[in-house]
Amino acid sequence: MTEKKRPLLDELKKGKWPSFVTEIEKSAAKKPSAEALLDLVERSYKENRVHWKHGGIVGVRGYGGGVIGRYCDLPEEFPHLAEFHTIRVNQPSGWFYTSDALRTLCNIWEKHGSGLTNMHGATGDAILLGTTTEHLQDCFNDLSDAGFDLGGSGSNLRTPSACVGPARCEYACFDTLDLCHHITNAYQDELHRPMWPYKFKIKISGCPNDCTASIARADLSIIGTWRDAIQVNQEAVKEYVDNGFDVKAVQRACPTKCISFDAEKKELNIDNENCTRCMHCINEMPKALRIGKEKGATILLGGKATIVQSAFLGWVIKPFIKLDKEDGYQELHDLLEKIWAWWDEHAKVRERIGELIYRKGMASFLKAVDLEPAPQMVKHPRENPYFFWYPEDFAAEKEVKEAGKQVAGTEVAE
Amino acid sequence: MVNPYYAKTDIGPPYFWDMLPEIIKNNYGKWLYHEHVKPGVLKHVGEAGELYTVRVGSPRLLSIDTLRWFADIADKYCDGHLRFTSRHNVEFLLTDPSKIDALIEEVEAAGWPVGGTGKSLKNLIHTQGWIHCHSAATDASGTVKAVMDDLYEYFKKDDLPAKLKISMACCLNMCGAVHCSDIAFVGVHRKIPRVQEGLANTCEIPNVVASCPTGAISPNPKEKSVIINEEKCMYCGNCFSVCPSLPIADPENDGIAVFVGGKVSNTRSGPAFSKLVIPFIPNEPPRWEKLVVAIRNLVEIWVKDAKKGERYGEWIERIGWEKFFEKANLPFTDKHIDDFIFSVPTFRTTTQFKFTNNK
Repeated sequence: MTEKKRPLLDELKKGKWPSFVTEIEKSAAKKPSAEALLDLVERSYKENRVHWKHGGIVGVRGYGGGVIGRYCDLPEEFPHLAEFHTIRVNQPSGWFYTSDALRTLCNIWEKHGSGLTNMHGATGDAILLGTTTEHLQDCFNDLSDAGFDLGGSGSNLRTPSACVGPARCEYACFDTLDLCHHITNAYQDELHRPMWPYKFKIKISGCPNDCTASIARADLSIIGTWRDAIQVNQEAVKEYVDNGFDVKAVQRACPTKCISFDAEKKELNIDNENCTRCMHCINEMPKALRIGKEKGATILLGGKATIVQSAFLGWVIKPFIKLDKEDGYQELHDLLEKIWAWWDEHAKVRERIGELIYRKGMASFLKAVDLEPAPQMVKHPRENPYFFWYPEDFAAEKEVKEAGKQVAGTEVAE
Repeated sequence: MVNPYYAKTDIGPPYFWDMLPEIIKNNYGKWLYHEHVKPGVLKHVGEAGELYTVRVGSPRLLSIDTLRWFADIADKYCDGHLRFTSRHNVEFLLTDPSKIDALIEEVEAAGWPVGGTGKSLKNLIHTQGWIHCHSAATDASGTVKAVMDDLYEYFKKDDLPAKLKISMACCLNMCGAVHCSDIAFVGVHRKIPRVQEGLANTCEIPNVVASCPTGAISPNPKEKSVIINEEKCMYCGNCFSVCPSLPIADPENDGIAVFVGGKVSNTRSGPAFSKLVIPFIPNEPPRWEKLVVAIRNLVEIWVKDAKKGERYGEWIERIGWEKFFEKANLPFTDKHIDDFIFSVPTFRTTTQFKFTNNK
């Protein structure tokens, strides 16, 4: 590495937190593109502006995604950054690696790129940061030979990701890692070949703590839950109390006030019918409280960041689904494929599923994907009187009347 | 030149099971409970034994030299097993608790901080910024480095009122869920895009028109271009995302906005969006002094005032947003009142509110 002065970036080598500048310098010792990157970023720091252009269409044979084209806007001054593409490598479920697998990735990237990575990108992929068009295919060939594949980019299924799940968490309501691996493999075509109106993200969290932040950033979020009672170990409750743990604080924080606590007997009971499974008490007392036994997941749809219509949090479209490995998660597959078919048919260019439902209405979405309306889907019912009636409503009404029965929706309590 | 060899496609990611240590395979789905041993160290207990995790913060941007060193550490202490987290930490997985302190000593001596577990400041998640993105309104790695240097102590201890998640995105595309963080800072523009000559050669005009959330863009058929209505544009940059001929980056006027009070977990109050508290902080590379001071202030008022167990937004919900602005000593301006499409439900429709020292 040449001894160059970069007074602005040098300031970011100071301080206790590990420095990205130091990381780039490590690669710069061997790679001219990493050295050039330091100079380019120094220039950005001097000028207060970015020096990258829009991505171009580059990739590997057979795929339409997985590579983000990146070009410097000063190619003559920075020839090593004229092309500086990103490769997204699909991570193993839960981001587990053996040291050898990690070294394999490093060796391939040393041969074909800048030596810089993101472990990991926001979507979950291992990001290989910076290579030339010429190297893309060879790099992919080596990755594929070593058992790695590319992740998603563009208007396709983005790389699904999952929390640590049953590998290291007692809260896992289903096998998040297996489901993630299964979904990823089942939809390789959707993942690698952009064919949709826009991106579609799936994130999988094993419990309502939602460690993958799926509710905020996944078009489809799968969040573990259970239908029956929280399991209470009264001996462990006593132990918490004897160690000075403040059970009453847990009781106070319960959103539905469904915890009762007998301080004398040191006994905690939960009114499970009124529990909304927020996880707070279980998080605070993991030795005494366990998730229930009848486990599955809640499916939410529509989560996304601000662009374009506003940020949406995912909303409940299926309060409970069983996720059975044995039947190959068939119910989830059926639902996913119906959702994709409707979205693909109706969405405008760059319209996420949440925005499409906002435009077309939740009712028509539910009809299209054969989901029954349920009170769990809304915070409260409609506050305005503007609702639709369809010919099929009248047909059904007629049929019921002719059979001499009460028409559904017209019952009043006596 | 024709490449004579093309790779096998659609093989999918490596099978995670092959990456797991024996202790995890034996305890898979059989974990009983976990404990916080000390900041940065977790102990998970399962039917088949105990697993210790040492969590190490990283700047996300890592050289392969560092990854190889992590691999060496994993070989030395963890039988060759490690994992990464959704917030860019590295986790070393041990079965022998007697090795924990030696591991911590070795990684910390090399400058890698151990922490970020339990009621601590979690590692910041962030985007590419000036390192690798075309639409960044500020740098990501640099702002995060400056903030984390300053808040380092909070990563290292776990006695905060609750966990604290700070996130960073370098433009409104918000790659990475910053819109639901305890504290989020986001790169913003403040001037309209500049329409370049020959726009129709690079961009689909109907797509450009459709990309605008406020309908500020209309076609200009005479010039084979578009017209931007300055009064309607709020500088989101979405038109630039679909059309390179509408550059919006502006060294003079770009900067950072700060939002607080969001979360994603369903615990207690449920998931929530972060809300705007500071509309603009100028870009000040390399150390972003005003940003650093502003974030520290936001952290400290919460640490001082929140009750045990209250996340940032839960604390504000209890005291009220009007009180928050008073305590944070932040001006409340027209920028804080929503005027986008879902604004009305955010207006106060009750006479119940608190008077504050300036209003």
